[in-house]
Amino acid sequence: MKKIYMDYAGTNPTHPAVLDSMMPYFKEHFANPLSIYEPALKAREAIENARQSTASLINAKPAEIIFTSSGAESNNFALKGIAYANQKKGSHIITSRMEHHSILNTVRFLEKSGFRVTYLNVDNNGVIDPSDVEKAITDETILISLIHASPEIGTIEPIAEIAKITNKKGIIFHTDAVSSAGNIPIDVKELGVDLLTLSAHQFYGPKGAAALYLKEGTRIIPLIYGGIQEGGRRAGTENVPAIVGMGKAAELAESEMMDRIKHLAPLRNKIISNTLNKVKKVMLTGHPKERLPGHASFVVEYIEGEAMLLLLEGNGIYCASGSACTSRALKSSPVLASIGVPDHIAQGSVVFTIGQETTEEDIDYFNETFPKVIGKLREMSPFTKGWEGLEDPECTAKK
Amino acid sequence: MGIAGYKLNNQVNSQLNFLDKPIKADATTDIIYMMCPMHLLTIKKKIKEIDLDQVLAVLTDYEGALEDIPAWCEISGNEFLGVLEEEDHYTFYLRKLKE
Repeated sequence: MKKIYMDYAGTNPTHPAVLDSMMPYFKEHFANPLSIYEPALKAREAIENARQSTASLINAKPAEIIFTSSGAESNNFALKGIAYANQKKGSHIITSRMEHHSILNTVRFLEKSGFRVTYLNVDNNGVIDPSDVEKAITDETILISLIHASPEIGTIEPIAEIAKITNKKGIIFHTDAVSSAGNIPIDVKELGVDLLTLSAHQFYGPKGAAALYLKEGTRIIPLIYGGIQEGGRRAGTENVPAIVGMGKAAELAESEMMDRIKHLAPLRNKIISNTLNKVKKVMLTGHPKERLPGHASFVVEYIEGEAMLLLLEGNGIYCASGSACTSRALKSSPVLASIGVPDHIAQGSVVFTIGQETTEEDIDYFNETFPKVIGKLREMSPFTKGWEGLEDPECTAKK
Repeated sequence: MGIAGYKLNNQVNSQLNFLDKPIKADATTDIIYMMCPMHLLTIKKKIKEIDLDQVLAVLTDYEGALEDIPAWCEISGNEFLGVLEEEDHYTFYLRKLKE
């Protein structure tokens, strides 16, 4: 049976050229990059080259890139590091209901430590209104952290517009760009942010390598103390092969980005138009236009997400229901709740994310299979006549 | 007494020249929140980037710098001009005397 991977928002396969670039650093160039003999200097040089490529991907300076182990670490580092470094100036943080758990759980921790947090609402497409950001700012606001693009509904947020407000007010602005960096053009100067999180495995790099962009001159308290790695800002012997792989992946993403987008966007549009035409009682989640190029997400009424996933897998299609974390926990998604999808409808969430390996034939097969799978599940569903007896039948209002 | 109530031994205290006002610096490096040995590594790197007789200002909240920076100046042959104690950090001033 044909196997089609449609969970690129979960992770990407490692690009073969990325894997090749990493191998020597497991083998002959294994030395600790802090040592001073020749093999160690090779490892050090490789890290600095990777820093250069990663910086170039987002138009930053190499010194503004701090390598970490994951997007979650970068997000924790950004929030805790900036909040504690600025707590004498104020104790108010602004974020949104669209954020990843590595942001939401970190601000919850900060709330317990005495910080006050405002959670911004979003519209039905998941878009944060810049004027809401402006209204939420107080004299006590020290940090704003908003997601750049949602892995769950694909919406791209108006970060540059929001940064104009934060820069005018002199408030530090972080964006979680894990889902967007390496997939759509990002220029930190044009975006106007002070910190930005990016993760290698979201653009064909390896897992275990990520980075935090920290604008020159921004003070941060380290999350991990120890040695002098990453300029004393992130201790721990560097994961040299993964960092090298991230650098190579960044280099490829930068040079191939427009071709990649040209490949993805028409395929994504085919998924969306076919699904909306062929499947009844289905709603596209996220913004119809301002969305990630390889991202199509829906909620399907009367069907449970896990059932869709299982039956799609039975047909060779691997996809996700909600974010990777949420789908494992079988919890209703806070992101879907934030865009006004009622709990019982949110159970029918399904996310299809495609990549460079996805072909036109794959999408044709998917477009043929998905409506059949839904048809089969609806035959089995006890709610064939709708949601009678359940709360909020108005849920289809957005369609 | 340092910014966080750090007690210095008398010998170190006598080497420190606590300033009343800032000195005009030709270059400044901010390493606030960075721990040992970043203050020494940063000074070593930054002093290479300035000319002879120029002044480098180093902003740090690391208490150990009160002992380490004057000592580093003595060993490396550069001049320690003094330290300004500010609300939440120190500013150390060094004059480059050797390439």
